Amino acid sequence: MTDLDIKKGSNNKSAYNLRDPLSELTESHTLAVMVDNESGVLARVIGLFSGRGYNIDSLTVAEVDHSGKLSRITIVTNGTPAVIEQIKAQLERMVPVHAVHDLTVEGRTIERELALIKVAGSGEKRVEALRLADVFRANVVDSTLKSFTFEIKGTPEKIDAFCDLMRPLGLKELARTGVAALSRGK
Amino acid sequence: MPNFTGAEIVIKSLLSQGVDTVFGYPGGAVLPIYDEIFKEKQIKHILVRHEQAAVHAAEGYARSTGKTGVVLVTSGPGATNAVTGMTDALMDSIPLVVLTGQVPTFMIGNDAFQEADTVGITRPCTKHNWLVRDTNKLAETIHKAFHVAANGRPGPVLVDIPKDVQFADGIFKEPKEIKNTYHVRRVRPDNASIEEVSQAIRNAKKPMIYSGGGVINSGKKASNLLRMLVSKTNFPITSTLMGLGSYPASGENWLGMLGMHGTYEANMAMHDCDVLICIGARFDDRITGRTDAFSPNSYKIHIDIDPSSINKNIQVDVPLVSDIEIALKEIINTWEKGGSETQRTSIKKWWSKISEWKNVKCLAYKQAGEFIKPQYAIDRLEKITSKMDRYITTEVGQHQMWAAQYMKFEEPNRWMTSGGLGTMGYGFPSSIGVQIAYPKSLVINVAGEASWLMNMQELGTAVQYGLPVKQFILNNERLGMVRQWQELLHGERYSHSWSESLPDFEKLADAYGIKGITCSNPKYLDDSIEEMVNHPGPVIFNCVVEKHENCFPMIPSGKAHNEMILGEIGEKDSVDSAGAVLV
Ligand SMILES: Cc1ncc(C[n+]2csc(CCOP(=O)(O)OP(=O)(O)O)c2C)c(N)n1
Ligand SMILES: [Mg+2]
Repeated sequence: MTDLDIKKGSNNKSAYNLRDPLSELTESHTLAVMVDNESGVLARVIGLFSGRGYNIDSLTVAEVDHSGKLSRITIVTNGTPAVIEQIKAQLERMVPVHAVHDLTVEGRTIERELALIKVAGSGEKRVEALRLADVFRANVVDSTLKSFTFEIKGTPEKIDAFCDLMRPLGLKELARTGVAALSRGK
Repeated sequence: MPNFTGAEIVIKSLLSQGVDTVFGYPGGAVLPIYDEIFKEKQIKHILVRHEQAAVHAAEGYARSTGKTGVVLVTSGPGATNAVTGMTDALMDSIPLVVLTGQVPTFMIGNDAFQEADTVGITRPCTKHNWLVRDTNKLAETIHKAFHVAANGRPGPVLVDIPKDVQFADGIFKEPKEIKNTYHVRRVRPDNASIEEVSQAIRNAKKPMIYSGGGVINSGKKASNLLRMLVSKTNFPITSTLMGLGSYPASGENWLGMLGMHGTYEANMAMHDCDVLICIGARFDDRITGRTDAFSPNSYKIHIDIDPSSINKNIQVDVPLVSDIEIALKEIINTWEKGGSETQRTSIKKWWSKISEWKNVKCLAYKQAGEFIKPQYAIDRLEKITSKMDRYITTEVGQHQMWAAQYMKFEEPNRWMTSGGLGTMGYGFPSSIGVQIAYPKSLVINVAGEASWLMNMQELGTAVQYGLPVKQFILNNERLGMVRQWQELLHGERYSHSWSESLPDFEKLADAYGIKGITCSNPKYLDDSIEEMVNHPGPVIFNCVVEKHENCFPMIPSGKAHNEMILGEIGEKDSVDSAGAVLV
């Protein structure tokens, strides 16, 4: 691969050391994979990632074309550019895969995620949680005298930020959908 | 539309796919299909003695004929026994359709008797697999399975058929009624890349062609085009273990196999070349050695049908995703249209450099004394059988590498060996598959005694079907290749690497009513080989050889091509700790 920068005679390299994480910087990519919605298809895709040592940061899947029985799997992954290329090539050659779109390189994308967040507390903390929820446009979907459950949608970063703020205010439970993504325009 | 039972549909589908031979083993979950096989006389069913052997036999059949091999086994243990074979076929890109029985649909998930999650277990070791829950989908699925197995980069596929689906009625469809949604994303090589390749051919001063199993998978025409390209350009050519035979060993430009146990000239030329054309090979770690030192100064062209093979291990300058035959045709045409130029003078100099490397005679050995050198045994086998209509299979180990080094293949599809997976036990059943395809030809399995034991139960199959397969066993009473690594890497501590309590091979042959030959004296070797070859039935040839012979040349793990070990191991050649962790 490009410039592994090994000092002569210092050590040995082989194919096993190829994915040296320090040799190249890793990048995060969002892939949209169109697949036949047949039994086992998700296991196949996940098995590819675990079997070949690729990372999955987020994964969502749902049927998007009921008549054509097509599902869209959105995967956020990270790796060196070479590994990302491998991931796409490996996905593309799977039999139930119709298309693989690397949204990260295909131009600007819209990424959205939904989260449900339970925050328990009282007094000042409870008020502050509510105030911040307002700032983030999170809705209260359930409330008791001791807790709120917020619903928030937005980019994963926005949700991360909201959760970080909620943590000291009594974040109890968190459920996230994972990323859904589309490319902009056209 | 007339209805058929699922079991009938299986047989009708196989027939309409042109299948004449099935390798299999029955059991509860496939009894309805076996009932149909009983009635159907057009399909020859070969009863093996272990399901792993069924798959290897189908591989041997497929590799020697270019057709898709077919396997039929039962659920649970039948399917799990087939896993090694399928993994082997996946690694070596061999087209197979494996049919497995499954417990009835209403019992799936209940830990029923002989239930296994076959599609789950075999998902990573097949190109694709299907569980058929509806008899109406059965024909369609089997036809799709054949399509997927043979198209694009070939590989094994599996169709899991629950027993109730075999009993139920459903519709049958012909292959032409099926819409195949699996399209090989085979981009025809684009003109710009073809032009770049022909430009590289024109400019290369120190060119090298490195071909692989993809040429053989692409078909006989691809091999012919490869030969044409080589003879027109006068470029030197080497090949992987998988690609032997696509360019003839007697060809003037042949440098022998490359890689870990490849020839000195092939590896040195790989290291020093300025243009490297990889045709249907995948830069496997056995080929490249240390990747950062692999062919450091070359402009690299990679032609492969599978885009995921490109830039996986080695970054290349020109990727060409294409069937080999199509790509070679276009490359030759474009280059010829542009005037068929090459850098003749430089290439002549390059050839004289290569002759120097050839003069090292890296495969030289000395047969002296009372023991048979394994190299000598293979050499004699080669000399005696080279003019015959001959197919060679091998097991895995030193003997396999010696066979690759000393046997000469003039045609593709004549050499069947487990390359990617390195499966001991491959050779014997594979030789059975080949012999089924070519009943009149000479089929020899070059074996090591340890590997051979792994599927020796197949003696029963060979005898039952009257298959005159020759089992040429290089018996060093050692797990030779393991022992060699222990010598090189583990301070000569020979931990569990010898073959104890071996059977008396002649008596074993006798027990099966076939011929057994033992030869331990170099003086009688030729006569014994002649005897084996001339015997009309199966033969177990126990060739007792030198026990501690090492297989050289060798690129130790973690070393570069120009750091080969040639003969006896010196201090500086020993593998350091970083190399020792590699396999
Ligand atoms: C199924 C399997 N188990 C283990 C190995 C590891 N292995 C590679 S070569 C070898 C020894 C083979 O011995 P033998 O068949 O006698 O061949 P030799 O090297 O002696 O020629 C072993 C154990 C393997 N390749 N396959
Ligand atoms: Mg041995």
